[in-house]
Amino acid sequence: MFNKLLMIILVAFATLTVNNPVSASPVDTFEFDNEVTKIRFQALSKELRCPKCQNQNLADSNSTVASALRLDLYNLLQQGKSDAEIMDLMVGRYGEFVLYRPRVSSVTYVLWFGPVLLIFIGMIVVISIIRKKPKSKASLALNSEQQAKLSELLATSTAHESSSNSPSKQKEKE
Amino acid sequence: MNKVIRFLPLVLVIALGVVLYRGLSLNPTDMPSVLVGKAMPDFSLSTLKDAKSNVTNADLAGDIVLLNVWATWCPTCKYEHPFLLELATDPKLAAQVKLYGVNYKDERGPAQQWLNHYKDPYLFSVFDDEGLLGVKLGVFGAPETFVIDHKGIIRKRFAGALDIRVWRKEFEPLIKQLINEKQQGV
Repeated sequence: MFNKLLMIILVAFATLTVNNPVSASPVDTFEFDNEVTKIRFQALSKELRCPKCQNQNLADSNSTVASALRLDLYNLLQQGKSDAEIMDLMVGRYGEFVLYRPRVSSVTYVLWFGPVLLIFIGMIVVISIIRKKPKSKASLALNSEQQAKLSELLATSTAHESSSNSPSKQKEKE
Repeated sequence: MNKVIRFLPLVLVIALGVVLYRGLSLNPTDMPSVLVGKAMPDFSLSTLKDAKSNVTNADLAGDIVLLNVWATWCPTCKYEHPFLLELATDPKLAAQVKLYGVNYKDERGPAQQWLNHYKDPYLFSVFDDEGLLGVKLGVFGAPETFVIDHKGIIRKRFAGALDIRVWRKEFEPLIKQLINEKQQGV
């Protein structure tokens, strides 16, 4: 019973999350003369951001500007423009903003190298903490005087235990 | 030293808070236009009124131009329409500045009807049903208004509705400057 229920929940979850082919992307009826151009069109329309609806790419968006841009993209591909040329042209109109993967420039240094820098700083912090540890342990070590005191205490306690033979200790042995 | 380090997380959190709080008040749709300072892009399209006609950049050249991107599907365009009429009927301004429209991603029939019904402030409207001129202009939506100088260079892009307040604040100084530039032949 429980297994069945679990199965149903899992299947329902899977259909929700797995990239189902019936997605809500808008449909255009562009005709491509070859498969490569079609694949390039799909790739580019995923790389380019819709200017109006900022969290969607061109492929996903249904807005007027996105559909105009898809048509423009199609025309540019049909004219035989290269991917780099198309990207340059789009950036020339809408700015770096249209690229979902911004280029490396002085404006985007923080974006590109910030995470690496943070990891580096983190590593330095971790290493410095690890290096500190042995030192603190060394300071915990007993000096000869304390060692002598400890062995003396231990000696008296074992002597005391063997004489009394506590019941709890016996239980533990069993 | 240790005391300073103890306060470091607090300082970091406050700094992060300041950054994020500032982010709340930023307008993400307020995009800088890359086209300001560049030439008006090439186009060759028909006018809204006559499907057989053909207009190009040459038809806009030589004048200080207000290029207004509009569409019948755009409610804000309806809001700003009376103000555009006001601009077009101001004889002093109309002598210096030409107002053209770009009918963006629209249908000819309804758009013509719109102009018949609400009156036509434009010298002509470029019929850009596929939105390709709009894309070349870096248009996000409608309405948007571009100011183009007498040399065909885009000097301003304004996204949103025009009204008297926006006009006085954002357009009038620039228009004055452009008229000066044109008179001096800069």
